[in-house]
Amino acid sequence: MIAASAAANPFIVDADQVFVLLRDWLVGFLPAALRPAAGAVLGVIAIVCVFPGLFALTTVFERKGLGRMQNRLGPNRVGPFGFFQPIADGIKSLTKEDIVPLRANAVVHFLAPLVLVATVFMGFAVLPMGRNMVLVDMDAGLLFFFAMGAATELSIFMAGWSSRNKYSLLGAMRAVAQMISYEVVLLLSSVSVVMISGSLSLSKIVAAQDQYSGVFPHWYIFTPWGLAGFLVFAIAATAETNRSPFDLPEGESELVAGYHIEYSGFKFALFFLGEYLAMFSISGLGTTLFLGGWSAPFSFLAWVPSWIWFFGKVMLFIFVFIWMRGTLPRLRQDQLMNFAWKFVLPFTLLNLVVTALWRFMGPGWSRWIVCSLILLAAYVVMGRLEMRSDHFGRRSYRYAE
Amino acid sequence: MSAIFYLLAVITLAGGLATVLLKQLVHCALAATVAFAGLALLFLQLDAQFAGFAQILVYIGAVAILIVFAILLTHGSHMPKDGVFSRSWALGLVIAAGVFAILGWAVLAGISAVPRQNAPPSATVRDIGEALVGRYVLPLEIVALLLTAATIGAVVVAMHEKASPR
Repeated sequence: MIAASAAANPFIVDADQVFVLLRDWLVGFLPAALRPAAGAVLGVIAIVCVFPGLFALTTVFERKGLGRMQNRLGPNRVGPFGFFQPIADGIKSLTKEDIVPLRANAVVHFLAPLVLVATVFMGFAVLPMGRNMVLVDMDAGLLFFFAMGAATELSIFMAGWSSRNKYSLLGAMRAVAQMISYEVVLLLSSVSVVMISGSLSLSKIVAAQDQYSGVFPHWYIFTPWGLAGFLVFAIAATAETNRSPFDLPEGESELVAGYHIEYSGFKFALFFLGEYLAMFSISGLGTTLFLGGWSAPFSFLAWVPSWIWFFGKVMLFIFVFIWMRGTLPRLRQDQLMNFAWKFVLPFTLLNLVVTALWRFMGPGWSRWIVCSLILLAAYVVMGRLEMRSDHFGRRSYRYAE
Repeated sequence: MSAIFYLLAVITLAGGLATVLLKQLVHCALAATVAFAGLALLFLQLDAQFAGFAQILVYIGAVAILIVFAILLTHGSHMPKDGVFSRSWALGLVIAAGVFAILGWAVLAGISAVPRQNAPPSATVRDIGEALVGRYVLPLEIVALLLTAATIGAVVVAMHEKASPR
């Protein structure tokens, strides 16, 4: 399909590969020995420029969108419709005084935002953002992504602990407990994709989904196990990025701002950046694993450049994040933990078994019925058992009486 | 031995030394994390992707967090007045040196036992996975059983408190 349209129209190939061609053209000015390194540097520069730019755009869209949901205007003073607000915010955070608390642990306090932003940026290295557009095509790309995600937890703890503030420490402990709980789910829901595609390489996972039956794509979300896995993945991703309704670590009404309460000026901006970059990278991973990465949603749309599909899907994720933030109330800590360990985790484990069943039942319509029925039955039974109303009785306090 | 190896070795050793020499326990935990990261990078430098990423995922993502939690939950982040160094540190040094000597001897003796290969051995993630569920499936299952027992044990320890209502 792709090859046919590509042969027919070279312009489409150029539009699809414009960034790859641009990189090759720029690198072509250098001697051959330096070309691989220069290509990698250009890729890094592209990532470091594109995603913070997307972050600036997203902040203004988020504030506009939340304003719309809350029946107000949102930012509307800087530039047309307030769209230059991020520039004003950037200048403001750069010129603000950098305050470090007197009793704070200065070195760790300084390192925490740097570690966060550096590790989050590393995750983008393995995401295929278009056809042939992946910085490092690693054999174990998915594992690399999760390894980098695990390292961000420590930076949040470093921030919370080094500030020497009870709210920041409480926020950090909440954040780490929540991230550890949901990371298990995140990993296990991705394992089912690995089981079907048989590879940990993200570009191979996308290539496995870039096929069509008629006009419909072979995305993993369009299978019973894929849909269940995607929903679980989306829940865990929301919790992992500390977004509403899982924003307990920075719950403004109880912890003021959580682990970054003692950060000001540019260090605070780095935390802000790190959180949004984590949102982009986890959305990119969800897109890659379940929504076919850069592949088009219908075969007759394959002429649209692949990177437009990738970034479009990521922005769709971001829109849902903003929508949920404007809609849902915050969970309570015990609800969060019960939900993770008693409902989401068993369901994910069951989904692994269902995925194996799907794999070994072979093609045919019978596996659609069997897998869907098992997942639906488990959802209903576990929902009835675990979420019965008598679980929500009087709250029992363990330490706070 | 390239320059990168020596750089990584220095980082790892400095992290390890800082772990035992620093006074503040949380600093020690963070220094241990540096040592873990250095080890992971050493694995990656040897082209062992799976071992390197698993090292980061397990040691930085789980073990370091666990250590930090243990320190905070046991009020260990406050410094004791009479120092944090054990009085039997000399004995510890001897034991550590002994363990290091045995490991070093085993590695050096192993070099001559294994036939010399011309091509560097390659172990892709796929190879490791197939070995784990193929030839080594029994040890894997035994480890799984052990971990399940440990989990149940942890739950039992945690539940003990609830048996006596206040």
